[in-house]
Amino acid sequence: MAAVRTGSEIALNRFAVVIVLIVTLIFLAPIYWITSTAFKPRNLATTIPPTVVFEPEISPFVKLFTKRAQLRSAPTPEEYAAAPWWERLVFDGGEKVVRSGKGEVQLSGYPSRFMNSLIVAITSTVLAVGMGTFTAYGFSRFKVKGEQDLLFFILSTRMLPPVVVAIPMFLMYRAVGLNDTHWGLIILYTAFNLSFSVWLMKGFIDEIPKEYEEAALVDGYTRMEAFFKIVLPEAATGIAATAVFCFITAWNEYAFALIMTNRRAQTAPPFIPSQVGSGLPDWTVIAAGTFLFLLPVAIFTFLLRNHLLRGMSFGAIRK
Amino acid sequence: MTQIELRGIQKFFGAVQVIKDLNLKIEDNEFIVLLGQSGCGKTTTLRAIAGLETIDEGDILIDGQAVQHLKCSDRDIAMVFQSFSLYPHMTVYENIAFPLRATRMSRSEVDKAVRGIAGVLRITDLLNRRPSALSGGDMQRVAIGRALVRRPKAMLMDEPIGALDAKLREEMRAEIKRLHLEQGSTTIYVTHDQVEAMSLADRIVIMHEGILQQVGSPSEVYSYPANLFVAQFVGSPVMNIAKAQVSEEAGSARVTVDGAEKGFAFPNELLGKIDRLKGANGSLALGIRPEGVMVEHQAREGFLPVEAQIIEPLGSYDIVDLKLGSQMLRARTRSGFVASAGDKVFARIDPTQAHFFDTKSGNSLGVRL
Repeated sequence: MAAVRTGSEIALNRFAVVIVLIVTLIFLAPIYWITSTAFKPRNLATTIPPTVVFEPEISPFVKLFTKRAQLRSAPTPEEYAAAPWWERLVFDGGEKVVRSGKGEVQLSGYPSRFMNSLIVAITSTVLAVGMGTFTAYGFSRFKVKGEQDLLFFILSTRMLPPVVVAIPMFLMYRAVGLNDTHWGLIILYTAFNLSFSVWLMKGFIDEIPKEYEEAALVDGYTRMEAFFKIVLPEAATGIAATAVFCFITAWNEYAFALIMTNRRAQTAPPFIPSQVGSGLPDWTVIAAGTFLFLLPVAIFTFLLRNHLLRGMSFGAIRK
Repeated sequence: MTQIELRGIQKFFGAVQVIKDLNLKIEDNEFIVLLGQSGCGKTTTLRAIAGLETIDEGDILIDGQAVQHLKCSDRDIAMVFQSFSLYPHMTVYENIAFPLRATRMSRSEVDKAVRGIAGVLRITDLLNRRPSALSGGDMQRVAIGRALVRRPKAMLMDEPIGALDAKLREEMRAEIKRLHLEQGSTTIYVTHDQVEAMSLADRIVIMHEGILQQVGSPSEVYSYPANLFVAQFVGSPVMNIAKAQVSEEAGSARVTVDGAEKGFAFPNELLGKIDRLKGANGSLALGIRPEGVMVEHQAREGFLPVEAQIIEPLGSYDIVDLKLGSQMLRARTRSGFVASAGDKVFARIDPTQAHFFDTKSGNSLGVRL
């Protein structure tokens, strides 16, 4: 049966499309801004009105990865001719690359901060999702004394803004020597995400009929084997969705990273704005750093987008 | 060769006792059907045998060995679930091979066994499909194949065809029977559908509120119900049950149903049999299956006048509700025998098909004529 739509319905539909477009544009505008600034020459980054048409450059990325100093005077023609093409981009910006005594280019702080972010976010996501899945399985399949109270307790750890406990946490971390360590942040982020992971995974595991495991038990497998061979593959969607959420939380976390780390284990979020204050703010470099920082989450989310959609609409659809 | 014996099984869910002192011996190669309404403890019994539920008291013996403390993986029993429980992320082949992979079987042996059982079940062409691409009947075949493939000591089936539509159910019933005859394994089958139970079972075990009511062959259970519950649960349409009085009138026995003016004539030996069961006459119920009610158009000796109220034409026969005093008597007649509701006809009861029950205990008095 073909649905006949009235004129007002079509108008309403068009109106909805317009609203969605506007909202999407509002959300995409900062991303466009960051991306375009990351590829702009420095002198076009802060023009008013903003420059929209320009020749993209990769000099901001070269500057992002290298340690630099202001040029006191312009480079000599020999120096300029001897420099590789990417170093000339730095010269053109009025700066020069800092080299070690042996003449090696020195890296900026960014690559190590980026690595720290990866290490902390990936490890804490694996831990939170792994422990959360086991815990959720326990709550879902076994009679646990005081199950409701325990689940509520787990949820209650998310009921106050984490920053509230930042000072006590900082003092505790300093006392046990965990500040400015990878493990310090990993433990912290795992603890944040665990409650979320338990609750989300419990929902997903509750949806897997327990007959599957019972069938596996009768088929001659132990409960552990049944968990790995049957429950985990069935819960893949849930695990993916939970992992994306946990990863984004850990990746983007700013406040604790700022307080708990300063050099060795510092992640990218507190590092990038700290560059504003070093010398003249070079917005193109900051934009380049932010642009690269956005990529892992974007790629991860894109790869798992189908699972994620299922994870968000989860509970709304009955099979 | 597998015998299963249940001895004094007790099972509680919290304060509720779901199995009460269950004793049952299942012989090798026997097809046993546990029949009862939902919540009667039949599925719990099956799950206890499989090892998916623990029991609070009693012994479960498989070939004389107590297994109630063994994990289900160590009992060597296969189970088919109502929901089929095919692993969605595996193909049909992998599903059937799954129980074999738990054992130390070589790849080629697994392959041979899977293809063998697929041939028996006629699903060879489905082996590469995923369960989601199968019809209900094929899913069931795969589930049965997965259970049969490792030649378990016993097969447990929990309402395996309950989720299928009526036509397919009939087809699969025949298939299960064929497989049992071909493969031969001790089978325990749970259902609430008495037609399924009657058509499949060597022996039927009827349960009600956790208590075993009767064990017997389908014809025994149908012809000699042990109590009112069994009498009303087995057989469709349901057996007519009414409180009744036995009396002597003009030298012959009469059974008068409560609310009727006159009684049905019965052979005299009934008097002696009822007398022996002293005091039974005050709390007596007469049971008669619809095919034990004989209907005539003309008044005849021993027939009482009745009025047809509702006629249900079922094709090969009709079920007619006859009003006898304040009681309703359901009779099975040739189709079209009673033309329309409101017709006056005459009915009597076949004494050889009559059952007498004690309404206090609900038990059959064992009176047969």
